[in-house]
Amino acid sequence: MAEATLAAQSKPEEISTRPSLLHNIFLRNLSAKIAALPMVLTVLVVFVGCSAWSVIYSFTNSGSLPSGKFVGFAQYERLFKTARFVGSAENLALYGVLSLVFTMVVGFLLAVLMDQKIRFENTFRTVLLYPFALSFIVTGLVWQWIMNPNYGIQKVAFDLGFTNFRFDLLTNSDTVIYGLVIAGLWQGTGFVMVLMLAGLRSIDEEIWKAARIDGIPAWRTYLQIVIPMMRGVVITTLVIVGSGIVRLYDLVVALTQGGPGFASDVPAKYVYDYMFARGNLGQGLAASTMMLVTVLIILIPWAYIEFGPKKNK
Amino acid sequence: MAVDTLEPRGMRPRPFFTPRKIIIYSLLFFISVYYLFPMYVMIVTSLKSLDEARGGNIFALPIKVTFDPWFKAWDTACTGLYCEGLKVGFLNSMKITIPSVIVSVLIASINGYALVNWRFKGSEVFFVILLFGSFIPYQVMLYPLVIILRELHMFSTLQGVILIHTVFGMPILTLLFRNYFASLPPELFKAARVDGAGFWRIFIQIMVPMSLPIFVVAMILQITGIWNDFLFGVIFAGNQNYPMTVQLNNIVNSTQGVKEYNVNMAATILTGLVPLAVYFISGKWFVRGIAAGAVKG
Repeated sequence: MAEATLAAQSKPEEISTRPSLLHNIFLRNLSAKIAALPMVLTVLVVFVGCSAWSVIYSFTNSGSLPSGKFVGFAQYERLFKTARFVGSAENLALYGVLSLVFTMVVGFLLAVLMDQKIRFENTFRTVLLYPFALSFIVTGLVWQWIMNPNYGIQKVAFDLGFTNFRFDLLTNSDTVIYGLVIAGLWQGTGFVMVLMLAGLRSIDEEIWKAARIDGIPAWRTYLQIVIPMMRGVVITTLVIVGSGIVRLYDLVVALTQGGPGFASDVPAKYVYDYMFARGNLGQGLAASTMMLVTVLIILIPWAYIEFGPKKNK
Repeated sequence: MAVDTLEPRGMRPRPFFTPRKIIIYSLLFFISVYYLFPMYVMIVTSLKSLDEARGGNIFALPIKVTFDPWFKAWDTACTGLYCEGLKVGFLNSMKITIPSVIVSVLIASINGYALVNWRFKGSEVFFVILLFGSFIPYQVMLYPLVIILRELHMFSTLQGVILIHTVFGMPILTLLFRNYFASLPPELFKAARVDGAGFWRIFIQIMVPMSLPIFVVAMILQITGIWNDFLFGVIFAGNQNYPMTVQLNNIVNSTQGVKEYNVNMAATILTGLVPLAVYFISGKWFVRGIAAGAVKG
């Protein structure tokens, strides 16, 4: 009881010496809060608000306009019964696995090659990285020309007498995804190389000396010492490349338009077509929510490793 | 002679042509060829007449060099109904890119400054959500954004697409500026604060002049990123404001008529020219930009 009265007595005094709570929340650092308003709005309205809106409305029977009638998982059931969507997800999975493995491996090998104290390093890096400065549209159109069976590499080989040589990946529905992978690799490996090179350079020269003294061959040093030490860079690169893959859209539009048939269709294109061309919002929103789920599956383990409990570094 | 008996000192001079070096450089050479040949094919094709482009070898040098495809791509190539060439798209891309870069870099720099020096309750929470937001597929947010912009009467306008670029450029740029400002000595800020300078004065007179390098990096990142954008341009800019990438795709992938491969390749190079120029001029800064975005602070 005595304590309570004491607290009650001291309270008014505290308020009088400190600015009011209201003042504290809104007026302290007012300029800073006004300046941060665009960020706050972006986070609340776009990243949280818009995403939530899409997820919620994916459970409605929205047609060409959003509707408030909830239909449970009906849109999702329909989505997974639609051959085009299932096909697009399979295409993306195949593209994703190939693209992820090859960009990481090739990017890392290129970085190792660049790290051999070579001359003209800047020149080589400039050459390997310039496709990354180009848009996917430009990339797609160049490779469309190169892989054109009537005019491209196949024709060159044919004219040279290799009449059985085939390089018509884009016209064949079984191989079109490999065409996408090749074009994507050309554009993106330079980026991975730069990140990996930064990772390699961050490793202490002493580690290399110690490994050399112990007589460990270079390839084993890379595999068992250097790569584990570069874990942070490798994982960050994986996440960036991975979430880029889920978004894959421009390259498909430019290189194949999703064809032949729907053989190179991807979820992002499915979403766009259903939302903006076919006026079937519910399907578009359900498909986009599935894209979000895919990203979360990539992101959550990463966030856990990176920021979760028991962080060693 | 005495000289002969002396042991050489220092490292033994290594011959340049060791087998290891030959392997490394020939590998690098072949890899460079792989990366360069599409550009080479684009350039030679764009300098050929249509007959030569269709009939000949894509690797062959033009027998007769012609710049007509370039003029046609720029001036008269058709996108659907209109035949005004890429110059329209070039102008639109300029009109989109320049204000978007200025606005987004400005806002992100202020964000970074506020996040480092003027923390308020929840500022870090907003920052973390902002970073994670950059991984959300754009497709998830497209439709609600269309509704919002329509309500603001900004759908299919330049302002609308500029706003969209500012919003989606914010995570990476804010991260960039936050990390940079955090690396500056805090005494600078404190001293200015003691001397009575306020939020904006410290930003304009102390922070900005000290961080010109990071402004350059941010601008390079944004110029290439926004110029190369396709999705936001096609959805939010509206037909009359289509950026160059959208126009290029419409020219090349339009189904009607004979495909003019030489014109297409000239158009493709023209569209890539601005980011390529930025890339070659900026050199190491470009590398710094993409590495800074990936390495967390």
